[in-house]
Amino acid sequence: MSLFYGFITGVVFGFLLQKGQVIRYDKQIAALRFLDMTIVKFMLSAILVAMVGLYLLEGMELIKFSLKPTILGSVITGGLLFGLGWGILGYCPGTSLGAIGEGRLDALSGILGMLVGAALFAQIYPWMQKTLLLVGNYGKITLPQVLGINPWIVIVLFWLAGVLLFRWFEQKGW
Amino acid sequence: MKGKYWSPYLAGGLSGLALVLSVWISGKFFGASTSFVRVAGLIEKVFAPEYVASLSYFQAKVPKVEWQVMFVLGIMVGSFVAALSSKTFQIVWVPPMWAEKFGPGRLKRALWAFLGGIIAMFGARLAGGCPSGHGLSGVAQLSVGSLIALVCFFVGGIISANLFYRKRR
Repeated sequence: MSLFYGFITGVVFGFLLQKGQVIRYDKQIAALRFLDMTIVKFMLSAILVAMVGLYLLEGMELIKFSLKPTILGSVITGGLLFGLGWGILGYCPGTSLGAIGEGRLDALSGILGMLVGAALFAQIYPWMQKTLLLVGNYGKITLPQVLGINPWIVIVLFWLAGVLLFRWFEQKGW
Repeated sequence: MKGKYWSPYLAGGLSGLALVLSVWISGKFFGASTSFVRVAGLIEKVFAPEYVASLSYFQAKVPKVEWQVMFVLGIMVGSFVAALSSKTFQIVWVPPMWAEKFGPGRLKRALWAFLGGIIAMFGARLAGGCPSGHGLSGVAQLSVGSLIALVCFFVGGIISANLFYRKRR
């Protein structure tokens, strides 16, 4: 059943990614070159909506959060590495499959590369556990916890910032 | 809904709603990069099952088909359905922006995509997630690490994309 839900959820997400035109190399690289902010609009809209829904449901104890630990050494190094590779590939792991779905077949070799990258990481993981994964581990923390304020204040601020950013994008014709 | 595509605000907002429903109904947050580990492990297992079993990372991320692997496959199918229904399915081997700068050669594009893929996935696994797991699921929970990861994704991407497309050549 879990497999079935996974597949259906993926179909819905893939459908929306294609409709939003965010699974194209040209769109992803255009955002990184400050030419077209379509992917940022999509992503930030998704985040803003999900933020409200997730905090509502968590507040009613209907769901449990699943936070990844904040380990500065690995998150920063890994995040920058991911970005460098992403700027070359022009697809991220999820969108690469969506790209195949709409016929963008250069994503095939990107997927092969990502499988190799995953295998390489599995090889080097024990060493990472002794090095970068030990640097600056703050555990599972959220922004409201760190700031010591009600999460809804943070959510409202994110929405405000998001709306202002969107307005700016539209004014600039991004 | 007119036109072949939807506004990114609408499609994005609905994706956020899909995430909320997924967590509510099946307790699953979106993510993609762990599946690449599982599938890489499944492939490696064909050749060296004992070796794969001995690696600690594959003990943590067991090579098997589970929720997220099906989710990632579903993305491909969903995108295919959307592309077919709006008649926007098109076989493209070299993206137009790439072709304009680096020429129409398929092999050149494929090799760079392969290399970019290696670096991107290595980085995603080190960071503990990709734009789905950290960027969408993590930031929506206001996770500090995910916020930092998302900023770093863009910083890295801005650096390499602009280096690639810098003037000269």
